[in-house]
Amino acid sequence: MRRARVAYSGAIHEATAAEDGVLRLADGRFVREDAVVWLPPFRPRTIVALGLNYADHAKELAFNAQDEPLVFLKGLNALVGHRAQTRRPDDATFMHYECELAVVIGRPARRVSRAAAYDYVAGYTVANDYAIRDYLENWYRPNLRVKNRDGCTALGPWLVERADVPDPMRLALRTTVNGKVTQEGNTRDMISDVPFLIEYLSGFMTLDAGDVILTGTPEGVVNVLPGDEVVTEIEGIGRLVNTIVGDEAFGRSVQR
Amino acid sequence: MSLVSGTLYGVLLNYQGALAALGDAVHQPPYKAPPKAPVLYIKPANTWIGDGAPIPVPADIEALQMGAALGVVIGRTACRVPAGAALDYVAGYVVVNDVSVPHDSFYRPSIRLKCRDGFCPIGTRIVDRARVPDPDALAVRVFVDGALRQQNTTAHLIRSTAQLIADVTEFMTLSAGDVLLTGVPEGAPLARAGQRVAIEIEGVGRLENPLVAEGQA
Repeated sequence: MRRARVAYSGAIHEATAAEDGVLRLADGRFVREDAVVWLPPFRPRTIVALGLNYADHAKELAFNAQDEPLVFLKGLNALVGHRAQTRRPDDATFMHYECELAVVIGRPARRVSRAAAYDYVAGYTVANDYAIRDYLENWYRPNLRVKNRDGCTALGPWLVERADVPDPMRLALRTTVNGKVTQEGNTRDMISDVPFLIEYLSGFMTLDAGDVILTGTPEGVVNVLPGDEVVTEIEGIGRLVNTIVGDEAFGRSVQR
Repeated sequence: MSLVSGTLYGVLLNYQGALAALGDAVHQPPYKAPPKAPVLYIKPANTWIGDGAPIPVPADIEALQMGAALGVVIGRTACRVPAGAALDYVAGYVVVNDVSVPHDSFYRPSIRLKCRDGFCPIGTRIVDRARVPDPDALAVRVFVDGALRQQNTTAHLIRSTAQLIADVTEFMTLSAGDVLLTGVPEGAPLARAGQRVAIEIEGVGRLENPLVAEGQA
């Protein structure tokens, strides 16, 4: 089952995929996909993100081997849904997308073993977790000014239930910018795989329903500009569309 | 914890003494320069516990660091707020203990050190903004087993409460129910399983928690 959360006709609805291009709202109405505002497909709680979890991307950013996963957290302000706009500040010189498999936790998970880890997963969605590298400082990297900006983490379109994803560690990832392929990878190349991440995190922090783990991105990140349409896509999970907009749209003065 | 309905943010090195304690290291690798913008981190929902609840001490850790912090509870959406108006966006204040496993590096510390279950006791009472006329002049005291172990004041913040809200909301929106800590003073005391820690912030309140060996809470 593919589930979505959408705003339609003055309210927020849970919805499921009906026939192509059509959603069925929980109240029985059928609506076209382009007639709704897409929200992140589940109610989020703690947002966990992985840095450098693909060997090729770590190499791309000139990082050395790690002794434990590089984990950081994000706030709810960062989240937007499918077909949202994301702001690129006027002074940025390098803003890039990151196509990531997002693992959504379904129930309390504390000290879960690798072997049992998938039992705690509700499902999967696609994340596009932008970074603006101009703001990187060498304190608590990656500092939140780089990674926790409003609307810089898109999630969606669907929460695909765990039962419908037989092997999450063998999914192709792909990003296109204005239709041109810029990033390709496969979840099989993760350094820390999904069961390990659940075992590792639940070993010191109790995960709960709505917690989400953004599992990192492969190589192939490039700068994006206002007007660009960025599509992050994961095989069997979904195709998440996002558009970059400039400061003008946010009432900020632009210096040129 | 209904007190925090959004995200709880901490800020690194916002006391003058905490930054000074690093000395010239702030200019050396891996940091290379002192912080420019506020350096934030998140204490996630699993860390939140109430007044009186036990702080679990991991078996392999001798003592934990007690981080006395003033929590600023946001009352309404704050986006690009000027410092002069920033306190208008505050609902009130609360005492918070930002617990850490002691660590020396601020470059990329593991969240294991700050985000374990129970690592963020939060006072039960929000003191209304109107009853705290100057959040930048509050005495902060930490007691371990009743003995005064740390004393400082929010007058020693690098970014005042209002300036911090202004500088944070320049790059991210704070919403009602979010909490922003204004920093932890230098020399945060250590406490071990079996001890009790109490944090007092003048005019805001007192937060007291026992430390208990993990698994025995």
